[in-house]
Amino acid sequence: MDELCTGLCKLMVESGADAGLAQFLSLLVGVLLVSGVPLLTVIILIWVERKVAARIQDRIGPNRVGPIGLMQTFADLLKLLGKEDITPTSADRVLYNAAPLVSFASVVLIWVVVPFTPFHFGVDLEIGALYFVAVASLGTLAIMTAGWASNNKYALLGAFRVVALLVSYEVPLVFALLVPVMLAGSMSMLDIVNAQTGMWFVVLSPLAFAIFYISSQAETGRAPFDLIEAESELVAGFNIEYSGMKFGMFFAAEFLHVFTNGILMALLFFGGWMGPLYYESPLIAFAWLGLKGTIIYLTTLWLRNTVPRLRIDQIMAFNWKFLVPLSIANLILLSAALKILQELGFAPRDMLSASFVEVLPTTVIMLLINLVMIVYLLGILRKRGQEARRESRANQAALAQAASGAGD
Amino acid sequence: MAQSDAEMPLRSAALNRRRGISRSQLEGIAPMNVLNEWAFVGLFAVMAPVFPALPIVIAWLFRPRKPNVLKSSTYECGVETIGDTWVQFRVQYYIYGLIFLIFDVEMVFLFPWAVAYNELNLFGFVAGFLFIFLLTDALFYAWKKDALDWK
Repeated sequence: MDELCTGLCKLMVESGADAGLAQFLSLLVGVLLVSGVPLLTVIILIWVERKVAARIQDRIGPNRVGPIGLMQTFADLLKLLGKEDITPTSADRVLYNAAPLVSFASVVLIWVVVPFTPFHFGVDLEIGALYFVAVASLGTLAIMTAGWASNNKYALLGAFRVVALLVSYEVPLVFALLVPVMLAGSMSMLDIVNAQTGMWFVVLSPLAFAIFYISSQAETGRAPFDLIEAESELVAGFNIEYSGMKFGMFFAAEFLHVFTNGILMALLFFGGWMGPLYYESPLIAFAWLGLKGTIIYLTTLWLRNTVPRLRIDQIMAFNWKFLVPLSIANLILLSAALKILQELGFAPRDMLSASFVEVLPTTVIMLLINLVMIVYLLGILRKRGQEARRESRANQAALAQAASGAGD
Repeated sequence: MAQSDAEMPLRSAALNRRRGISRSQLEGIAPMNVLNEWAFVGLFAVMAPVFPALPIVIAWLFRPRKPNVLKSSTYECGVETIGDTWVQFRVQYYIYGLIFLIFDVEMVFLFPWAVAYNELNLFGFVAGFLFIFLLTDALFYAWKKDALDWK
């Protein structure tokens, strides 16, 4: 019992509560504490998202309700409470109502494996990284369910497109995720962060980070991959029939998902809570994680508000013909290099206990490999861009000639 | 909260676990052991849909309810819906689904390889490479068959 029941649970048992009940209650308190973090942040996130988008577009953004518009989210919440919730008569009611719940739950569930500080985390699952992949794809299921259950052609068409996009970008995402897992030799989030004591993984493999960043931007359905709500093409996509609070839940889930991905990238590639003085207090560690996650989150907002949407064929071609082969090549080259270094004795066998000096040769070699790959890729991209521009210029010239010919 | 460095340096929480120091000595939010870990995940999975359900239920108490035939018909920008939605869709979506399925299932096998990477001998390492090679081979096959082109 000692093993099973510690902390709060022990306290309750000592004050005379039933052991099973005490255990359940302490678990429940844990669940509420961990889920409280994303639920509270999402309220702020909605304001941040709107304010940042407004600033980028040279607008002021919400500024009426509360100081600098901070209470805007609550005003929106009140407004949504009073909105009529329309369910189309032809919809599949059970699935239609379940979809927003699954959508939001799938994002909140990721936070189970997010460690906030070295000592404060929900659970440190041995298969944390795999758990993240599994839970995150529940969101895809929710979108398909929503599109199908709405019984609307736009919704179903949007859902089909989005699901094709989401499942496609999951492939490079997982290949990029394999790099930190391989370097740390563990799928536990805590181990992955601790393995970065010597050096952040973003330095070891900037390419893996870039692939993860791009794929997670696609996974959250943000520009340039925002087919999820291609207003001009599909009216609104999969959530066209949703109104009121259910619609709001889809949006809250999306906002939260973007921030969650920021935190995950901070954990997987930027050393999580590592930073000056993090070992002094869990609070400082937590602040470092929050700061890194927020910076990555803000760059995704920046990207979202400055790039135009791609066509579905371009998105698919970019994924399967560029990102997937690239992520495979990255994994193969890095794993081969690391193995050779390990056999020669230049790389530590266990990143968990390696210091900065021990990791340094590995860092230099792996970074060099990645830099060579990046230079080569930039060359390819440049050539492709030139070809495309030449082609479009030729097309335009032909069109102009045809137009002037018709005028004569 | 922070314990002194002499007892357990913060950075080596994972190391301590490997050295056999029990997880319950770590200060997680929930008590740590394998059974409790998954009980926590299970309870979380039960609670997670409750959070979005709560505002929806509260809204259900307050919101107006005035449905009529037109309002609850399928919305297609004012045009009346022609025919059923649940019909056959183009096969391209399913082809992507199939390619994804192949990759996803096979990637699950790569995770153990990546976890055991540091302890792998040459045979295990090359076996992983062969596996990735077969994956890539399938990708190029699909590529040459034009299955990756959005038509």
